[in-house]
Amino acid sequence: MQIPYTVAERPDTGLYNAKLGIWLFLASEVMLFGALFSSYILLRTGGGEGFLLGQDELNVPLAFVNTLVLIFSSVTIVMSWASLRLGDFAKYRLWMGMTILCALAFMGIKAVEYGAKFEHHLYPSTSNFLAIYFTLTGLHALHVVGGLIVNGYLWGPGAKMFASDPQRFINRVETAGLYWHFVDLVWIFLFPSLYLL
Amino acid sequence: MSVLEQHPEEAHHEHPRESFWRRYVFSIDHKVIGIQYAFTALFFLLFGFTLMLLMRWQLAYPGRPLPLIGGLLGAANAPGGIMLPEFYNQLGAMHGTIMVFLAIVPLAVGAFGNYVVPLQIGAPDMAFPKLNMTSYWVYLPGGLIMLTSFLLPGGAANSGWTSYPPLSVTATIGQTAWLIGMVFLITSSLLGSVNFIVTIIQLRAKGLTFMRLPFFVWSQLVTAFLLLLAFPPLEAAGVLQLMDRLADTSFFMPSGLVVAGEVVRGAGGGSPLLWQHLFWFLAHPEVYVLILPAMGIVAEVIANNIRKPLWGYKALVYSVIGIGFMSFVVWAHHMFLTGMGTTISAFFQFTTLVISIPSVVILTALLLSLWGGSIRFTTPMHFALAFLPMFAIGGLTGLPLGLAPTDIHLHDTYYVIGHFHYVVAPGTIFAMFAGIYYWFPKITGRKMNDVLGKIHFWLSFVFINGIFAPMFLQGLAGVSRRLYDGGEQYAHAQPVLHWNQFMSYAAFLLFAAQLPFLFNLFWSIRKGEKVGDNPWEATTLEWAAAPSPPVAHGNFHEVPVVHRGPYEYSPPNDPDGFTPQHAAPQAG
Repeated sequence: MQIPYTVAERPDTGLYNAKLGIWLFLASEVMLFGALFSSYILLRTGGGEGFLLGQDELNVPLAFVNTLVLIFSSVTIVMSWASLRLGDFAKYRLWMGMTILCALAFMGIKAVEYGAKFEHHLYPSTSNFLAIYFTLTGLHALHVVGGLIVNGYLWGPGAKMFASDPQRFINRVETAGLYWHFVDLVWIFLFPSLYLL
Repeated sequence: MSVLEQHPEEAHHEHPRESFWRRYVFSIDHKVIGIQYAFTALFFLLFGFTLMLLMRWQLAYPGRPLPLIGGLLGAANAPGGIMLPEFYNQLGAMHGTIMVFLAIVPLAVGAFGNYVVPLQIGAPDMAFPKLNMTSYWVYLPGGLIMLTSFLLPGGAANSGWTSYPPLSVTATIGQTAWLIGMVFLITSSLLGSVNFIVTIIQLRAKGLTFMRLPFFVWSQLVTAFLLLLAFPPLEAAGVLQLMDRLADTSFFMPSGLVVAGEVVRGAGGGSPLLWQHLFWFLAHPEVYVLILPAMGIVAEVIANNIRKPLWGYKALVYSVIGIGFMSFVVWAHHMFLTGMGTTISAFFQFTTLVISIPSVVILTALLLSLWGGSIRFTTPMHFALAFLPMFAIGGLTGLPLGLAPTDIHLHDTYYVIGHFHYVVAPGTIFAMFAGIYYWFPKITGRKMNDVLGKIHFWLSFVFINGIFAPMFLQGLAGVSRRLYDGGEQYAHAQPVLHWNQFMSYAAFLLFAAQLPFLFNLFWSIRKGEKVGDNPWEATTLEWAAAPSPPVAHGNFHEVPVVHRGPYEYSPPNDPDGFTPQHAAPQAG
């Protein structure tokens, strides 16, 4: 017996299984980052004057560029999904490829930022602000790497499915896109709360 | 492969033969994964119990060498067979961790949920079979990391199952292993909970509306939401504690902390209370993760054995949803002694009393269901009936702990241990036994032996109360829960000290009482009495619509369509005495 609603939507819920699954997964991710943001607020309000040691060293222009890169990549992954819906596989490849390049660019800029901190002997142990900075951005970077792997698979070997089971492949790209938007969204919270405030 | 060839009768004819690895090890069939979870969790249940037996020897006879096995524990743990305090602390921390995260939750959710939920909702499998397999194969390494951490220098984690900092941050390397193991277990339960929710919402059979779901499915649905949303904050806390231990950050480390005459490295300025908030934000919903599936099993077994519909099905459903929501706003009742302030304490006292209402509604509905039923006293029914008073004792003794004025006296005493063990041990574990005896024929097509089952029940019932009831007396006298010598050095403990030996003997005898169960379990797999597809004459789909054992990869011969609620026992116009959920309605 086949498992129902792996591709088609269940009429009364309007969802296919993976779409509900990814939303639930994102709900748990909200709780994960929510707990970390709450910890940041609690430590910062209770941390006294020394807490912010090292915030001046953060590179706001670079992080701003990174913000733009991620927002742009959110647009490109939507375009890749839309191209697939229109049946234009070549354009899908192009837009998904751009999404992957954006993610790589983000990681590159992040590496430059981290490298500059270590050069100035700024480590997680230097101050609690830097501890939360490295933990939150590090965890976010891990999520970017996860997205890179998934998107890379869908761009490369996974794309063969479009020929054999197009709707299922479109669904996969859609769920990957939902995840990628979430990764983008986390950064949109991280950027002001770490760099600007 | 040779195993398969020796037992050709096990090969199913509908499907091409799978390799041994695919079929028994890396299976994607929810039934096989459920059984894998069951055996692994039962192993950890027994292992966690033996850790406690070692501790109970030390509590009964402090400083005396352990008989027989004392020499096997190693000179680092028990020189001359006498247990060191450091080793005692490891046993305590790991007993709690193993019982909660490696035994009860995997048994209640991983085993029963996995095996029964798809069958009860008329689904061929879980929504994501490969994810289901991954859940198990992430859980097992997590468990093995916990087990092998005993071999590390300094032994396993020894800062209690709650791992409060700063103690846990400065502890031996076993704590790092604990944190890494927890990351595995949290990941496993996250994957599992997504799978359960999607399965229940998406794969219900035609006609199986939410208010027709068996109560067990409802309990699993709410449990999955708790796991999904409550575990991530502990994962966050675990990451922060790992950073504190490995990268010298100070998330949980206050300024100027001096340990063993040296100022602790790092920037300082952190908050030990932050860990407690994050930990209990998980760990209180976790309590309901432990109890809700148990209530679900008990409801199934009681409904089946009273031969009439459950009293107040809707009240049960709304209560379990209410518990789910409320369980997220009661966590700080574990922290009345931390000095977090009377305003916050007042809030959490209020929510704690509010959450007791739906719990009492569930218990009352199950109790009232018994009224006027023609009760069949089967072995699973014995355990289910015993669950009611045992859980009631556990629940009612919790009230003084939910109120700050009384909690200040009782906090961290044996009273607390007695309270939550009544909920989890004769409560949840008895429900697990009820579930094993009840669904065993579904899995094997054979029944477990009834006489051995009743011996197992009565002995367990007597001895388990012998362990936990005296804890209330010791706790009220003020004996702390973490004493290496069981209170021998303290004047205030002297009047209740004699209970230590009594409780320890009860524990050893409880262990002996599990031998008939273990024998029964393995013996009945091959030699138990053969039964039909629906030996309990049940109405729910797993019994009424699927063969025993169910079809490999697919469960049902034909997809069931549901026409009515889950507990149509003794309907007025059905000569069979029960109407299965999928039986077609009669004309007129």
